[in-house]
Amino acid sequence: MIYFDNASTTSVRTEVRRVYGQMLETCYGNPDSLHAIGRQASTLMEKSRSNIASMLHVEPSEIIFTSAASESNTLAIVGYALANEHRGHHVLTSNVEHSSVRHAMEFLKRFGFEVEFLPINEEGIVTPECLKAHMRKDTILVSVMHVNNEMGAINPILELEKIVHQNPTCVYHVDCVQSFSKIDIPFDKLDMATISAHKIHGLKGSAILMKKKKIQLVPIIQGGQQEQGLRGGTENAPANIVLAKTIRLALEEQSSAYAHVSKINQYLREELSKIKGAHIHSPLSAIPYILNISFDQITSEVLLNALDQKGICVSAKSTCSSQNTNASEVLLAMHKSEFDATHGIRLSFSYENTLEEAKYFIETCKEIIENYGLSL
Amino acid sequence: MAYRYNHILIRYGELSLKGKNRNNFIKALYDNVRKALKAFPTLEFEKQHDRMYIYLHDEDSKQVSEILAKVFGISSFSLAIKVEPDLDQIIDACYESLDLTTPKTFKVAARRSDKLFPYISDEINRKVATKILKNSDWKVDVHNPDVKIVVEVHQDAAYIMTDRVQGAGGYPVGVGGKAMVLLSGGIDSPVACYLMMKRGVHIECIHYASPPYTSQNAQEKVMELARLVSGYQGDVLVHVVPFTDLQLAIYQNADESYAITLMRRMMMRIATGLAQKRHAQAIATGESIGQVASQTLESMLAINDVTNMPIIRPVVCMDKVEIIDLSKKIGTYETSILPYEDCCTIFTPKNPVTKPRVDKCEKYEGKWDFDKMVQDCIDNTEDIWVHPVKVEEDLF
Repeated sequence: MIYFDNASTTSVRTEVRRVYGQMLETCYGNPDSLHAIGRQASTLMEKSRSNIASMLHVEPSEIIFTSAASESNTLAIVGYALANEHRGHHVLTSNVEHSSVRHAMEFLKRFGFEVEFLPINEEGIVTPECLKAHMRKDTILVSVMHVNNEMGAINPILELEKIVHQNPTCVYHVDCVQSFSKIDIPFDKLDMATISAHKIHGLKGSAILMKKKKIQLVPIIQGGQQEQGLRGGTENAPANIVLAKTIRLALEEQSSAYAHVSKINQYLREELSKIKGAHIHSPLSAIPYILNISFDQITSEVLLNALDQKGICVSAKSTCSSQNTNASEVLLAMHKSEFDATHGIRLSFSYENTLEEAKYFIETCKEIIENYGLSL
Repeated sequence: MAYRYNHILIRYGELSLKGKNRNNFIKALYDNVRKALKAFPTLEFEKQHDRMYIYLHDEDSKQVSEILAKVFGISSFSLAIKVEPDLDQIIDACYESLDLTTPKTFKVAARRSDKLFPYISDEINRKVATKILKNSDWKVDVHNPDVKIVVEVHQDAAYIMTDRVQGAGGYPVGVGGKAMVLLSGGIDSPVACYLMMKRGVHIECIHYASPPYTSQNAQEKVMELARLVSGYQGDVLVHVVPFTDLQLAIYQNADESYAITLMRRMMMRIATGLAQKRHAQAIATGESIGQVASQTLESMLAINDVTNMPIIRPVVCMDKVEIIDLSKKIGTYETSILPYEDCCTIFTPKNPVTKPRVDKCEKYEGKWDFDKMVQDCIDNTEDIWVHPVKVEEDLF
């Protein structure tokens, strides 16, 4: 099996698996309990929280454990907007955000918020000029992702942040799911940020929302005192505890993994440029972890099935919206044609992938196009 | 003590009318019932010329009833209490089996096949009713009772029943021979499967897979549909035909407008080959007149032309809504509407021919040696047994 779908999810690191197994056996207490077993869980979980905080250069109270990046995004967007209605009713996001951000924004419309979806340019990013043109006095929240999950395009979040903060009542949330531990993130400049464990070789059902102290939120899951009253439900102590290790290992390997994946990306770009009918949609400036490509001869669905048969796992558009229509909304938003949008597939890599796998991928693609592709 | 249902009494359906074949029918039904209830090891079965009895022992009567309601050839069945043919025992069992806390109306309907039993039917009725009337607020209503208490007295036993569950009707599966049903993954073909089995025909399914144009998900969906209908005959064999090469050959050699017709003709040839191999006597499909271009009468004529086998189309004259209603009833609708491509939808021509001509079909087919490809499809077909209960690993 060749797994080129690391932007959907990743394998779980051996070290993480081992510690998680230990935690499941020994650390079953409810961190809110007052007895010894509960205190043990609470102590380890708070240790994890403070380790994570120091790795992100924020304070422990600014780390909220959640069950998924979708929950973090919803809490950030809906939680912030509902808590700050008195400041204004205008919120901004891009038109290629993850479905959880898009749907949280749509949800806000029910409460009388005015939501604007910023267009991206041909490079797949929101330009500072575009954001500036849409900012208003009553804009209270901007949520624009760091790295796009289908293209790998990197938004200029530092420049965007400057514009957002020109308005003193506006805050900036960034979905960092695809960028964390791949490129540096200026957490000190951001008001809220979402990170997911399972995209960095951690566990599913585990994520965080980084939220600065001054930011007021209302909880989305009602239930009690957990996570500063911002998230009801018994805390998932074992998962929250191993998240610190997951993040530490990912950050330690950030630069070596980046160099490794860059080589694979570079090789594929070169080889693809030699194939007739092949296109590369990810801009050159995108992160090397994500490569969006298409072949004119074959639609994404058929190519996906054929690669699957050959033991190669890839995605066509983002997995979280893969049940819907066939065209990639991100490619359409980048002003690509309907044709490209129904032919694009996304390769996404991790430190586990090899150049040999990339070679096999290229050969297999040639073979598939030969057998099943339309002639050009 | 409160009596618990310890028996199920099964009444035969239409089959009780069928003179000479009767014994075959009863035997087939008996085997099918046993097969359907394989998961309940302590059940005991007994067949008689007019009834079948299941001794429940400690099995859950509700679960057993749910499965029985799907077995064809049963007109109705009742949960029953078996006691000695003794009047006091009969009265007690009737009385104890009822929940008398809320007042209802009732009627006792006794029958005795044992004419030596010392009380006639009406006396049994009165004695049972007296006990209930004296000890509760229940009232008699012989015309529209809330509860009808049926007492059957035989020489060796008496049965008390208070309900009657409608059976699935039809004939026991298997008495009508065997057919191959083309299972596409849409709404119609699972309904066709159901209707074939209802008339006593044992089915095997054929699915045409065209990877990579069709996905693994599409095939799993078909397997799930097969699983959902398999309960009606115990289990079902699905033949998965590797169809890609033949389908591509059609598109290389024929005009696009004829592609669907030719594809259907190839499917029929393969189905005929598989039917012969599996000793089936017919082919069945989920086609319905006029539903799509390939389902006009002219198309059916062109498609039937390639085989001598009867092609049965159980839903041919049903409206789409009628088919949908039936698919909801048998529980396949929700799976059928999952959005995966099948081999019929993947190469949809813009203008498919609605009145194909046989000579034109033959002209296109003359362009390449399809016989060998058809034979390859038959030879390389993968057979998969599908059982009604999903076999999950230790994981759950």
